[in-house]
Amino acid sequence: MKTLQELEAIRQKTLNELNLRKNREDGIRVVVGLATCGIAAGARPVMSAFVDEINKRQLNNVTVSQTGCIGLCRLEPIVEVYMPGKEKVTYCKVTPEQVGRIVAEHIVNGNPVVEHTIGSFE
Amino acid sequence: MKEISLHILDLAQNSIRAGAKTVAIALCEDRQSDTFTVTIEDDGTGMSKELAAAVLSPFVTTRTTRKVGLGIPLFAAGCENCEGSFTLESTPGKGTKMVGTYRLSHIDRPPLGAIWDTIVLLIQANPLLRFCYTHTLDGQGYALDTSEVRTILGEVPLDTPEVTSFLTEFIRNNEQELREVPKP
Repeated sequence: MKTLQELEAIRQKTLNELNLRKNREDGIRVVVGLATCGIAAGARPVMSAFVDEINKRQLNNVTVSQTGCIGLCRLEPIVEVYMPGKEKVTYCKVTPEQVGRIVAEHIVNGNPVVEHTIGSFE
Repeated sequence: MKEISLHILDLAQNSIRAGAKTVAIALCEDRQSDTFTVTIEDDGTGMSKELAAAVLSPFVTTRTTRKVGLGIPLFAAGCENCEGSFTLESTPGKGTKMVGTYRLSHIDRPPLGAIWDTIVLLIQANPLLRFCYTHTLDGQGYALDTSEVRTILGEVPLDTPEVTSFLTEFIRNNEQELREVPKP
């Protein structure tokens, strides 16, 4: 049985890096709609994919959070990306497969993946 | 919803929005009585008698973006379709407790699914709340209490990537071991 003991080692390891993560406040925010509509449409694997991808690339200035129903249930899963000084970008019908590209092109390089944004659906 | 763990993710959002500090999620499977019980209990604002009685209707919600609220009705209907039941108790100022039961062996009972993703996403997005998760099968089981995790971690936040991936593995591992509990 796996126990919580291993956390002690993780604590020691991450303690040194803590300061690097402190300036998150002015970072990039990825917000996933996680109400009934979003979850039923498959938002949970999408959110997990964002968390994994951002951890893999060690993007310490990016936070992934949840919100409720945005009001466009038929376009769920919906993901909003907030970058400081830029307009919010809304992605619709996001699948876990698209997440790698959104992170690489938009979050890392600053170019929204236009074909998956709300403008292509409405 | 294809998985019970998706219902749990959904219903836990209600607790979080009700300002809960602690959300307890308990799964109890019993092969003798052939039941699968899901309990979600929070210490949020709670609901008035009228609202608590009304939320089973899909046309009652507190949100303002639309007029329907399907989380609770979907879960309750799922339980009842599997020869189970659903009850909700709420006290204003104290919190809310929901209990849904399925017949464990019912052909329509959804699988539990990736409960590790549900629990870890809840922790990751709400690192300051306390989540208590327990899962038992025929009385054997395990628990994860984030206040215990926080004690070990000290100043390291719960949403640190190394911590969340450990917790995912922790739950996934223990769930797997639970599957191996021999039949009574």
